[in-house]
Formats: sequence, structure tokens, C-alpha cells
Amino acid sequence: MIEFKLPSLGADMDEGTLLEWCVRPGETIKRGQVVAIVDTTKAAIDVECWEEGTVEEFVVAPGTKVPVNTVLALLRTPGESPEEAARWKAEHRQAQALAPQPALAAAAIAPAAAVTAPGAAQRLRVSPAARRYAEQVGLSLDDVVGSGPQGTVVLEDVHRAQSQRAKPEGKPIVGAAAGAERAAEMRRTIAAAMARSKREIPHYYLLTDVPLEAASRWLAQRNAGRPVTERLLMAVLFLKAVARALRRFPELNGFVREGRFEASAEVHVGVAVSLRQGGLIAPAILNTDRLPLDELMRELGDLVKRARAFTLRSSELSMPTVTVTNLGEQGVDTVLGVIYPPQVALVGFGSVRERPWVDDGQLKLLPVVTATLAADHRASDGHRGALFLAQVRELLQQPELL
Amino acid sequence: MDEPIIRDAISRILTSIAPEVSLAEIDATVPLREQIDLDSMDWLNFIVGLHEQLHVDIPETDYRKLRTLNDLVAYLQAKSPR
Repeated sequence: MIEFKLPSLGADMDEGTLLEWCVRPGETIKRGQVVAIVDTTKAAIDVECWEEGTVEEFVVAPGTKVPVNTVLALLRTPGESPEEAARWKAEHRQAQALAPQPALAAAAIAPAAAVTAPGAAQRLRVSPAARRYAEQVGLSLDDVVGSGPQGTVVLEDVHRAQSQRAKPEGKPIVGAAAGAERAAEMRRTIAAAMARSKREIPHYYLLTDVPLEAASRWLAQRNAGRPVTERLLMAVLFLKAVARALRRFPELNGFVREGRFEASAEVHVGVAVSLRQGGLIAPAILNTDRLPLDELMRELGDLVKRARAFTLRSSELSMPTVTVTNLGEQGVDTVLGVIYPPQVALVGFGSVRERPWVDDGQLKLLPVVTATLAADHRASDGHRGALFLAQVRELLQQPELL
Repeated sequence: MDEPIIRDAISRILTSIAPEVSLAEIDATVPLREQIDLDSMDWLNFIVGLHEQLHVDIPETDYRKLRTLNDLVAYLQAKSPR
């Protein structure tokens, strides 16, 4: 019997509310299949299961808030007989003194519409992403017309309603309280993670200026010859360069757990995405170093869109091995960030600016960006950190090879 | 193409990218990106949206001509197919 538990969804998430089950008892689950949607302070997460099995029974009902690692469901392993399953349950129930949970029959699985926080009386069918977004921006769902299947209110409907919303003129916006509470909760989770980071991680900081003449020119040429939907952003070059450089510097790509550093064999770069109404989330693009630039661009666009719609997959939140933050758009030169535990590095990029630059004894005007590394001194030293940044700089001089 | 159609398309696309913004609140003579929080990804999505809705291809080299809402409308009117 497999105990399917609520996975850790990042250092700053230690609990979640189960919104709905996406599978039924008796259904066979494939590795990586989304089995449930769990709400957290930052997003409604599609929780994937990384084991194969058959759903035996649900332990937690929709609407319940539970801490990370709580057993949500039991899965029978392939080849496990009903007798073995029953015996397992009998033994474990006694050992853990679990209150016997009635298995939820297929018919009783609440569709998204009926799933609500205790106390709310919603009759609408609403997708988790739409509900979550509406709460976040303080919009009542009462007057939103659903355009999804069977009249389900989907995210686009909420966006439309938001833009058509009449100016308040002193009238309180219905649902604003829920939105404000969400925002406050998100602030608290970010605060907890950042405070923990500064308490536990001895940060050191390095900066380097990276000339981007070759990268800009290559990008412009490449984009000029492609349709608008295939244009690349400079940010994608930054991500790829960081991902590839990390292959040579494993002490910057991994986790510190219980005081010990473990390098990760794979590179999953977490991309810091600012949420429009405030807040920050840094979901990962898996295997960033192996993706060709076009695909990386598509993944990035999709990830940002879903992050801002508050709907992400659990693997995107639990698996980043490092984080990159690109704050240049806001006009700042440099970002000296706070590492997101249990990671050991944060790479920052400021704005790309035209600057005087000496190249081969000649004074020129070039686009330049300041790249920074914030790193955990328990896992790496400045010398290696400096070599890493130098490697990032080198890789960005030959964009055609990225 | 009629100006109202262009303005309507701009409004719809901007709303899908920055739902907190209403076009009525935008000063058409002040640079857009000073009034709306749009990063390069948002801007690219905006350009893609304009391409889809108005069938106008905007090359990267023209981005700097599109600072204000008025600039944008004038540009799109000039470039849109009849």
C-alpha cells in the first residue's frame, strides 16, 4: 500500500487545503499524473503523484486544510491483493489510531463547483484557478457568467468581469475582504521564508558586468527572421546560460538539509515571477539546461502565465534547484537577493543598459547587464562562486551556442 | 481600420495581460509602460495579441515608436490591412 502524502511545495508552504480530487477510487494512476488540486497561500496547485498504483481510498476530504506530509489517500500497489490491502489498513489504523474514514464513493466526489471552504454557500461551478483569482482580486463570483463546460466559470470569465467592473464610487467591492486576507497570508508566507533564509544561510554576494553586444545582435537578427510568436527574450538567454554553467558548479545547485549539502544531479531553474497584485513565486522549469532556446521560451511563457493565474504543478514548486531573478525590467541595475531555502544560490540580473565599455583598448558604447550571485557559504566559497559567474559571462558571449 | 475597433482590441488585450487596468484610466499621451506595470514578457504577449487580433506584424525595431496609447493607435491604423 502506498500512502500518498501532501508533498512539500516549497520552503514557505507548510500546509494546504485540498480543493478537489481528480481521480476516483479504483482508478489506476500513472507516474506524474495530477491526482488532486490543493490550495496554498500562493496558488492552487495540481498535485502530481510519482508512483503507480490504484486508488484504494481517500483519507482526506475536499475542503480540509492539512499540513505537508499528511496522508491524503491510499494507493494499492500493482499486484497487491485486496486481502493484503485490508490487512495493511487494519494494522496501520491501529498503529496510528486514525479515525476510520469512510471511502468516498465515486458519486460523492464533489465537482469543482460544490467544493468550497467550510461556511461558504456557492451554487456556481467554478474552476479552482478562477475562484482563487477572484478571491485574490476581491471580485464576487455572483455576477460572473461562466463560459466553460456546463456554464463553469473559468479564469477568462473572471478577467473579463474584472475589466468591466464599474468604479466603486464609495461602494465596497464585494469579496475585497477575502482578497485582502489572501494577500496578507501570502505576505506572511514570503516573510517567514525570507526571515528563515537570513537567519540560517550565511550569504555571500558577488557581482559581475556582462557585455551583451553579441547577445543583443544575435537576438535581434534571430527575431527579425521569425514570426512574432517565436520571438525570444533576453531573459531566456540568461536562464540557459545559468543552467549550463551550473552543470560545472554543483556546489551552487542543490539543497542544504539538516546542515548537510546535497548537490542535485539535475538543473531545475526556479524563475522568480512577480504576481500582479503583489507577492512572489518561483516555480521551476524542469531540466532547464537541456531545453533548446525555443522550447525554453515557450515553457517560460507558459509558466509565467500559469503562475499569475495561481495555478501550478506541485513538481514546479518542490523541485527548483536554484532560483534566477530578473529585475532589470523595473530599471534597477543590480539585485542582491535572498536565497530561497533549502536552495544554496540565487542568481540575479539587473537592467540591460548602454554603458561605456573598454574592449581591446577601445572605448565603446555597449549593452551591459550586471549579473549577481547570492550563495550559501556553507556549500560554496567565493572563489568557486566567482568562477561560476565568469562562466555565465562567457556563455553569454556566444549566444548561438546556448 | 476604424479607430474604435483598434482601441477596443487594445483594451481587450491589455486587460487579459493586466486585468487590474481599465483603459479609461489611461492617459493616452503618457508612455504606457509608465502607467501600467508591463515587463518584457507582458509586452511581447501584447504584441502577439495585436498580431492575432488586428493582423499587424510589429517588428522589434518598431517597439520604440509605440510609447503612448496615441502612438500605438496611429501606428496600427497606418499598418493594418483595409
